[in-house]
Amino acid sequence: MSWEPVIGLEIHVQLKTRTKMFCRCPVGFGAGENTQTCPVCLGFPGALPVPNRQAIEWTIKLGLALGCEIAPRAVFARKNYFYPDLPKGYQISQYDLPSCIDGKMTVPIGGNDHVIGIIRAHLEEDAAKTLHVGGQTGRIGGAAHSLVDFNRGGTPLVEIVTAPDIRSAEEAKRVLQLLRQTIVELGVSDAEMEKGTLRVDANVSVRPRGSDELRTRCELKNMNSFNYVARGIEAEVARQINVWESGGEVRQETFDFDAATGTLTPRRAKEEADDYRYFPEPDLVPIEPSAELVERLRGELLESPASRIHRLQGELDIDRAVVLVTGGLDALWEATVAAGAEPVAAANVIANALVGAGIDPAAAPPAELAKLVEARERIPRGAFDEAISKLGDPGFSADPYLAQEAVSDTSELEPMVERILAAYPSQVAAYRSGKEGLLGFFIGQVMKETGGKANARVVNDIVFKKLGG
Amino acid sequence: MIDTLRLTAEDAIGLVERKDVTASELHGSYLDAIAERDPELHCFLRTVDEPSGAGVPIALKDVISTKGVETTAGSRILAGYVPVFDSTVAARCKQAGLSLLGKTNTDEFAMGSSTENSAYGPSRNPWDPTRVPGGSGGGSAAAVSAGLTPWALGSDTGGSIKQPSALCGNVGLRPTYGTVSRYGIVAFASSLDQVGPVARTVRDCALLYSIIAGRDPRDATTVELPQTTTLPQDDRLDGLRIGIPNQLGDLTAIEPGVRSAFEKAIEHARELGAEVGECDLPLSFEYGMPCYYLVAPAEASSNLARYDGVRYGPRADGETYREMVERTRDDGFGAEPKRRIMLGTYALSAGYYDAFYGQAQKVRTLLVREHGDALARFDVIATPTSPTVAFPLGDKAADPLAMYACDLLTIPSCLAGLPGLNIPCGLSDGLPVGLQLIGAQFGENTLFRAGHALEQAIGFDTVPARLRRPGTNGAA
Repeated sequence: MSWEPVIGLEIHVQLKTRTKMFCRCPVGFGAGENTQTCPVCLGFPGALPVPNRQAIEWTIKLGLALGCEIAPRAVFARKNYFYPDLPKGYQISQYDLPSCIDGKMTVPIGGNDHVIGIIRAHLEEDAAKTLHVGGQTGRIGGAAHSLVDFNRGGTPLVEIVTAPDIRSAEEAKRVLQLLRQTIVELGVSDAEMEKGTLRVDANVSVRPRGSDELRTRCELKNMNSFNYVARGIEAEVARQINVWESGGEVRQETFDFDAATGTLTPRRAKEEADDYRYFPEPDLVPIEPSAELVERLRGELLESPASRIHRLQGELDIDRAVVLVTGGLDALWEATVAAGAEPVAAANVIANALVGAGIDPAAAPPAELAKLVEARERIPRGAFDEAISKLGDPGFSADPYLAQEAVSDTSELEPMVERILAAYPSQVAAYRSGKEGLLGFFIGQVMKETGGKANARVVNDIVFKKLGG
Repeated sequence: MIDTLRLTAEDAIGLVERKDVTASELHGSYLDAIAERDPELHCFLRTVDEPSGAGVPIALKDVISTKGVETTAGSRILAGYVPVFDSTVAARCKQAGLSLLGKTNTDEFAMGSSTENSAYGPSRNPWDPTRVPGGSGGGSAAAVSAGLTPWALGSDTGGSIKQPSALCGNVGLRPTYGTVSRYGIVAFASSLDQVGPVARTVRDCALLYSIIAGRDPRDATTVELPQTTTLPQDDRLDGLRIGIPNQLGDLTAIEPGVRSAFEKAIEHARELGAEVGECDLPLSFEYGMPCYYLVAPAEASSNLARYDGVRYGPRADGETYREMVERTRDDGFGAEPKRRIMLGTYALSAGYYDAFYGQAQKVRTLLVREHGDALARFDVIATPTSPTVAFPLGDKAADPLAMYACDLLTIPSCLAGLPGLNIPCGLSDGLPVGLQLIGAQFGENTLFRAGHALEQAIGFDTVPARLRRPGTNGAA
């Protein structure tokens, strides 16, 4: 039987507002433990929450970017449970009336567009950070003691929940790439998984291909890069298929994915079912954004990453288009092509050389870059690399580099190649017995000898010819 | 020597402004009165030795956070807790020059109608120390009547200002929900809690209200007052329309002495020119109590979750986090908070929410509408504040439902978010009877006007008979 994965994602995004969601404490990293706190975010008796206007506007904006309807009336609720990172004994979150509902994302994948539903995007406050000392695996159970840092507590957090419309690990990764790019371009979050400003949980089930049933799903947590999310999903899909095929039944469980070993570790099952006793937060009034506000925010939206990928696909294959757009490189690419560069060559230079050199795409002058793209095979490799590395410097001009000529004279290069091949007989033998990767080694030797001035294509042709001969 | 038993806050302000006494002397006089009478009455949980401002003193119920002064809400779970911040009302009092005299006793977390639920022992009624002063703000109300403070602040969730004022024979206002900041008030039920003044006269009450009321950027549920607060002067009530709920007639819970004092007060109102008519609040009387006892405990169960021993207050030992929290809460909370936490947790639980909390919110909407209809025809609604006069200590302590019934008449308008004023309207068996005047939203000025005119006409002597001294009888 052929199986189809059914995947939904829950994405938490920390907003980079200046202050926290319900108090005026600064949001930020790196401050000493419990220094960015006040009676409100420490849950002192009598302290009351006052919502952050910026966070509400950004949530609406993000919802609009995800094609959501904006609720004319959103309500904060209390989610009640005891945990040391939750100072009030409840988290303020939106529940049955979230700010954003019923959106969708267009995901270009495999030459098609796949539409992924966004069930909701809601605003809530982040919990504090706990450090469990002693005991096993950093869990609270069995810990000798626990330390709590409330600096993070109360940071605005948007939770985005997708429909279970995702059909592969690769697609999940692409959804995340597009979503992240959307968030970053809106300027509402850094959305960095390593910093925890973007967190992803995946709900995974499988079903016989062609069926529309929804089988028991499992939740994956603790994955801190998009690649790990993809690998975690792959591992879980394989596990579930194996369970079904060996006559078992998938039980609802939550797993941590350990990227180092590629293994899924089940979290200890809770003794009782969660009952968060949600009810409307009586300390706050409903959010009723005016139509004017929603329209103003809608007016501030940029073209979506998916739409830009589409546009780029006129001239590029999808993989290059995705790399450019999700890397925030497409604006530079477009300007460089407009300045006369060949599209595919420009994409390669930007995605590889420019990113490799750590150049801020916003600082690179497209016209100069276009000249370099055009001349990249004509000028010495060393000159090209140096030019790229200086692309971000103020007032950069490509002209001095373009004036340098690469050595393309075969009468000069052929003897050099012959000499080098003669100096490395064992590598030549290895190449001839099938280790074709050694081609680069010989080219590198030529480049070294010419101080990077040889024309790479010409050298390539000569080496290939001599080795083959 | 200053006779604190008769001194109104207005008079006290005059004395200080004319430099007849210093703030320090005045403060000292009240501390002397406390030293003399509080060992019997136990109104204060703690006092402050030196005045913090140049004005007159004020006592604050112990649910009101005071920077640097222990605030326990009458609970062991907050023993030793010293706030690092002032509640907005405490800050506004400070700004107005008022000096904190001390923190007054309260039922634990303001849950109760007799102050017997305080973890620090009950307060007693200055009219008869074998009886309760009402609650939860019994400490504030008894302190004002016993001349231990010129005025005080209380908090009212279902009657905790109005009912003790009735039982102690003074003036208490529960303001319109949203007019006084709750920032820094140890929360009981957030959608119901309101801070308000307790005083010897309606004018003092209005003055203190004007000091504390108004929007607070730290409390998202507060609003700007639509009009400024005016001190009442008028002795007449011409044109004022007073509605009496039909449902009062059938209420056997109302003691005859209370009923008769109430009816005399209404006669006074007629004589002053008020138009008295009948209004109808059937849902409020039938469903107000059950609705309140779902909404308030539900919110309380959540509001009291923060007392976990992690950040402040006493912490019990435990092998695990869970055990530590459970023991801390078991040791720290008394029987009444535990009862309400359980009630509220149940009312909010999955599968019960719609039948209990959800349904109660719908009923609440009906009560708002019913009061709105009545107040479209009348300027104020009048009822007795408490169905009974002060009862002996221990009388209802073992019967929670009997205790809950004390708030039968105060609860419905609290659920509707409306202001209510208690003024004393006479005695029954030598104990004060309170008149409750309920106004429209933001109708405080109307309540002050009505309360002041009736106060003059009734001429109630707010000094408890047993404390009156020869030559100081101010009764008309």
